[in-house]
Amino acid sequence: MTPPQRQRRSPGQGNPAPLPASGTAKEGENHNPERLFVIGGEGAGDRADIDLVTLIVARTEPPVSATPEEAALLRLCVAPLSAAELSAYLSLPFSVVTVLLTDLLARDLVQARAPIVRKTVADRNLLEAVMHGLQKL
Amino acid sequence: MDFKNSDTIPGPRTEDRLPHTAEAAVKIVIVGGFGVGKTTMVGSVSEIRPLTTEETMTQAGIGVDDNYGSASKTATTVAMDFGRISITDELVLYLFGTPGQERFWFLWNGLFEGALGAVVLVDTRRLEVSFDVMGRLEERGVPFVVAVNSFPDAPRYAVSELRTALDLPEEIPILDCDVRRRASSRDVLLTLMRFLHSLAMKGALT
Ligand SMILES: Nc1nc2c(ncn2[C@@H]2O[C@H](COP(=O)(O)OP(=O)(O)OP(=O)(O)O)[C@@H](O)[C@H]2O)c(=O)[nH]1
Ligand SMILES: [Mg+2]
Repeated sequence: MTPPQRQRRSPGQGNPAPLPASGTAKEGENHNPERLFVIGGEGAGDRADIDLVTLIVARTEPPVSATPEEAALLRLCVAPLSAAELSAYLSLPFSVVTVLLTDLLARDLVQARAPIVRKTVADRNLLEAVMHGLQKL
Repeated sequence: MDFKNSDTIPGPRTEDRLPHTAEAAVKIVIVGGFGVGKTTMVGSVSEIRPLTTEETMTQAGIGVDDNYGSASKTATTVAMDFGRISITDELVLYLFGTPGQERFWFLWNGLFEGALGAVVLVDTRRLEVSFDVMGRLEERGVPFVVAVNSFPDAPRYAVSELRTALDLPEEIPILDCDVRRRASSRDVLLTLMRFLHSLAMKGALT
């Protein structure tokens, strides 16, 4: 039996991906993914740059001025917690959590510890640390 | 959720709390077709019970503006499960398993941006469902390895055969795995890290 054949793409090719072959298409599916976007994801220029894995730590107890959502969030991150975990525990969409966090950051109620992101040349020490950590699993 | 009772929101169990020394996190994304074993893989290596984060996507069309409640917009909630592995007291690794419907993967702002790399899980019964995502990772310069999750009734191909079919260069690792087993999932992640390391040695990460 021969497997189906793919064709490699190159970096920056970036053109809209060819639509899936008809036949794999399910009825009623939107085949133009570019037409979907995250609510508030556009024109929200004043949103802090918060990644799924930005670690958040509360700086204080919830102040009396905090909304119930804010108080809940502040109680959750007495120890460092990623923005993704906050979204999970609060049962709030991630974009809603980033809005809450932007405000809390502006009021200095939380601290954000930026993630390490992929760079042009990844940090070998970082990669080695991750490997050692995984080997212990 | 009733935020009036924010005291009662279940947070991480005490033993699941990260130490205060945790200062940075990295992420890896696990992609693959419907039912290929992404969630199973996240669960088998995670130190916490896998969690779910969701995002609300809206379908752009006529009248997309701030007019919430406008009938022309359909909102879709997309859920993604993730797990966590503490690497050291300072460094944490997060694993994100994409939802089944791939049209959402690349809309999730920042999911791939900044990820160290990706694992493409494939099922040899439906190899072609992974073609598009591999192409998109290549376009974005996100390094990836291919893990073949072997289901009992799936056709077996030699790695060389798969490499040709997937049109992958020699240096991209392709390996078999059983994502239900922690050691096997860990080996996939280690293979990805070794691959990233070799790219870093070559200074070839672009
Ligand atoms: N035989 C076998 N079954 C597996 C293996 N991995 C996963 N499964 C089963 O396949 C089913 C689907 O696995 P999931 O981990 O939910 O797959 P997924 O990729 O997260 O699926 P979606 O999120 O729905 O796209 C589950 O019933 C698993 O128990 C495997 O290696 N071998
Ligand atoms: Mg799943």
